[in-house]
Amino acid sequence: MPDRYDPNTGPSRRKLLKCMMWGSAGVLWTVSGGVLKPLSLNGDALAAAPAAGDFTFMQISDTHIGFKGAANPDPGATLKEALARVGKVRPAMLLHTGDVSHLTKPEEFEMAVQIMKSAGLETHYVPGEHDTINDNGKSFFERFGRETSTGGWYSFDQGGVHFIGLVNVVDLRSGGLGYLGPAQIEWLADDLKGKSASTPIVVFAHMPLWTVSADWGWGTDDAAPAIAHLKRFGSVTVLNGHIHQVIQKVEGNVSFRTAYSTAFPQAAPGTPGASPGPLKVAAEKLRTVLGVRRVDVVHDKDVVLTDATLAS
Amino acid sequence: MNMLWLGKRGAITLAIAVALVLFAGFWLGWHSLAATSSPYEVAIDNFTFGPGVLTVPRGTKVTWTNKDDDPHTVTSDGDPKLFKSAALDTDEKFAFTFTDAGTFKYFCSIHPRMQGTVVVQ
Repeated sequence: MPDRYDPNTGPSRRKLLKCMMWGSAGVLWTVSGGVLKPLSLNGDALAAAPAAGDFTFMQISDTHIGFKGAANPDPGATLKEALARVGKVRPAMLLHTGDVSHLTKPEEFEMAVQIMKSAGLETHYVPGEHDTINDNGKSFFERFGRETSTGGWYSFDQGGVHFIGLVNVVDLRSGGLGYLGPAQIEWLADDLKGKSASTPIVVFAHMPLWTVSADWGWGTDDAAPAIAHLKRFGSVTVLNGHIHQVIQKVEGNVSFRTAYSTAFPQAAPGTPGASPGPLKVAAEKLRTVLGVRRVDVVHDKDVVLTDATLAS
Repeated sequence: MNMLWLGKRGAITLAIAVALVLFAGFWLGWHSLAATSSPYEVAIDNFTFGPGVLTVPRGTKVTWTNKDDDPHTVTSDGDPKLFKSAALDTDEKFAFTFTDAGTFKYFCSIHPRMQGTVVVQ
């Protein structure tokens, strides 16, 4: 498969996705045989029309409606901008990987619902720890938990992909990271039973399902036993939020990738003197560090992730 | 006191100077008093409880103040919870009065890596 742009064939969508130059819009990767290959990208990649037979969805994360800090006094406005970008792609559906609200307040959830409505898209949510403060997610699941099982986790099939939404922000333990719990891991094992190993799997959860930084709480204590159930599958893509930046890891056939926030950035893990809280950047830079993700499941079962900032 | 040697203008200047010194003295005194009158405070700053271990006598009211841009909670370890704050947004406070002696560990239920201890003697 050519990884370079061929000026003779013209920018078909596939070529556009796979043959871009490096650009400010972000970096395009393809997952093939479990190895993420960095490809080039320009601003058109996000808005290229999906090809017939392909399945396109998008991910947004960490909208933090209700946040009023200096890092972004108006996260509602940047969410609207993010949804405008989503609208141009016209994906089949949208995933929201949590921290919908900043403080689990009813008025924050209500405002988020109103803004999200403007996208006019079926949206599947998982909660972040900001959505479950002191009520174990009760108010979040009442609003966003259409498909919920007892603990709020669920799965569904769409576009030939098996989607699994996990909850790793409830019942967090003192001194720990994110937490799935044995009941959820048992459910996952059950859910995957009988699935063909060639079924593409997309897992989405708020906190990273690998340890990006233990000191900053950027990981999930019991991710390993959950991931173990996914290892027999040929293509597993794990989409997370929480850390407000794009970081990725590949482990065999499992590729993990965190997403941009639509509200405010956070420091790179381990930055001296920094903390895992909101990072204030110059106002004119804010949109270069917020973004959305497009995911194309192309008919040869490649899963192509495109991260694009609000400035691109 | 005969202040004729100062002249009228000098007397007024002196009076203002004395007033300023007195005011400054009161102001500083009041503030240092305020700062020391409730030493049982924990600042939540840069995702850290400070001091991490606070030792207090029985019956002390301890106050936590969130100085971060991110919300935090003050939640006691164990079950049932001895104390559990709401989400504290920037500059919001939570207070709890410790009536029994013992070692009380707590954490932020939003960022559970953040932990602290109150020792009640």
